[in-house]
Amino acid sequence: MAVLLLADVNGGQLATDSVAKTLSAVKSLGEVHVLVAGAGAEAAAAEAAKLDGVSKVLLAGATDYSHGMAEATAALIVGLAPGYAHVAAASTAAAKNVLPRVAALLDVMMITDITAVVDADTFERPIYAGNAIQTVKSSDKIKVFTVRTATFGAVAATGAAAVETISGETAAGLSTWVEDKVAASDRPELTSAKIVVSGGRGVGSEADFALIEKLADKLGAAVGASRAAVDSGFAPNDWQVGQTGKVVAPELYVAVGISGAIQHLAGMKDSKIIVAINKDEEAPIFQVADFGLVADLFTAVPELAEKL
Amino acid sequence: MKVLVPVKRVIDYNVKVRVKADGSGVDLANVKMSMNPFDEIAVEEAIRLKEKGAATEIVVVSVGVKQAQETLRTALAMGADRAILVVAAEDVHTDIEPLAVAKIIAKVAAEEQPGLIITGKQAIDNDMNATGQMVAALLGWAQASFASAVEIAGDAAKVTREVDGGLQTIEVKLPAVITADLRLNEPRYASLPNIMKAKKKELAEKTAADYGVDVSPRLTVVKTAEPAGRAAGIKVGSVDELIGKLKDAGVI
Ligand SMILES: Cc1cc2nc3c(=O)[nH]c(=O)nc-3n(C[C@H](O)[C@H](O)[C@H](O)COP(=O)(O)OP(=O)(O)OC[C@H]3O[C@@H](n4cnc5c(N)ncnc54)[C@H](O)[C@@H]3O)c2cc1C
Repeated sequence: MAVLLLADVNGGQLATDSVAKTLSAVKSLGEVHVLVAGAGAEAAAAEAAKLDGVSKVLLAGATDYSHGMAEATAALIVGLAPGYAHVAAASTAAAKNVLPRVAALLDVMMITDITAVVDADTFERPIYAGNAIQTVKSSDKIKVFTVRTATFGAVAATGAAAVETISGETAAGLSTWVEDKVAASDRPELTSAKIVVSGGRGVGSEADFALIEKLADKLGAAVGASRAAVDSGFAPNDWQVGQTGKVVAPELYVAVGISGAIQHLAGMKDSKIIVAINKDEEAPIFQVADFGLVADLFTAVPELAEKL
Repeated sequence: MKVLVPVKRVIDYNVKVRVKADGSGVDLANVKMSMNPFDEIAVEEAIRLKEKGAATEIVVVSVGVKQAQETLRTALAMGADRAILVVAAEDVHTDIEPLAVAKIIAKVAAEEQPGLIITGKQAIDNDMNATGQMVAALLGWAQASFASAVEIAGDAAKVTREVDGGLQTIEVKLPAVITADLRLNEPRYASLPNIMKAKKKELAEKTAADYGVDVSPRLTVVKTAEPAGRAAGIKVGSVDELIGKLKDAGVI
């Protein structure tokens, strides 16, 4: 039996990095069919067809499936699911919206945020904001799960799978899309960046968050934020790193003016090198930092940006 | 419109989690327990809808151990009108899976006929992020997950959702399920007079069997382990030293 992998498509573009990392997470489970859903997703389907480990791309191009609308997309997947032993996706907001709905309709348990595939029924996943790692074995006929991609490498793009156009069930009338407010950015994407620079409450204002952004640009990094920084309006919601934000594991993570609450650590403690800049030498962030600098960020960050 | 809000009793978010030495799970005996923070946000949103005149009655429901009574009392003290406790486990270490919880909530909804269900987007213990979506699925209702703003207009709700690239706005036909994200609101604290009043509010007690739902788990926990720790790092004395270390490590 094969794996059905739901791809994230945003504005007609494949979230290639997340799909490529999910492919490497599931490769021991058998043949993989990637499902690309939504109108205008032909280019995304073609892109998915190139990824290694994909044996077929299913393109469901009806507008009902656009914008990741949960009701219709779940109905589509439920129709396809009997042909699969596993239904998987990267742990994105879109997949976390749709797949639990799919699981309930199939009468199976959802398995969220897996970090390892042990065997066809057994998976590892973090619980309690990553303070414990649980190994669970599913007794369900179809395993529906999302993958925390941060710790997986991406497969290469040397393949040429066939793209098959399909149609399926929809869920007319339940919900309608109104708008997406997505900020365009030239910076690397947070979950795939090699370097991430994050600012916390210590940064103090939206205006001063420019210091963080300047350092990030100097390093070619993505910008992240703590919940406190987002709640205070210093940074947009999609920059939040943590238990309930994005989970990142870059080569280098620089935490500036962030205390290191467990909910924040949950989103970044698998980074290869962690740097903390904080004026409080007792801040818990120093317990996970490889290199800690006890300093006022308003002098240290500009100096660092200057000297790099 | 009646609003149904499921709430979960979980370890308090400030408590340091300890994995049991035998690998069977996390130690929850004699640990401070509280309402799941996202569920507090859900309760608060229901209360605000009632204050605005968009909701008429708020029913809170909890599925779990008997001690979840305290969690329901907290919700009543915040401003919910009545509570239903569905006892589905005896040991505080038993976590009823979202699928079973969703089946029970769907049955409660069939009885109560709410116009809206608001859940927290995830519970901070199992971090599953599934119950709300599953309830919507089982009822055949629309869902709006990860909500940061909710506006009720006639027989529909306009919901702003926190998504990976920013914000998405959708409109869902009521009845629907909304799951609350962090920035939907800031929950109120219950005042002392309201805590006293809450003691007199109705709290019905049921069991999973009353709803004919089998709560046996689909996932067997093979083991629970501590995450790999990080080796202790060092403090650097200056920006120059930091740059030197990062160059040595090959990351810049
Ligand atoms: C259910 C739930 C979910 C949550 N999810 C998340 C999540 O996903 N992500 C997340 O980040 N948090 C999350 N939190 C919040 C978390 O508990 C913390 O409140 C938050 O991470 C704190 O952010 P902070 O470190 O920026 O702020 P603070 O804890 O206030 O720390 C600010 C730091 O800045 C330092 N500082 C101040 N001024 C300066 C200066 N001039 N120079 C240098 N340093 C300075 C201070 O010493 C301090 O250490 C969640 C909480 C709950 C309850």
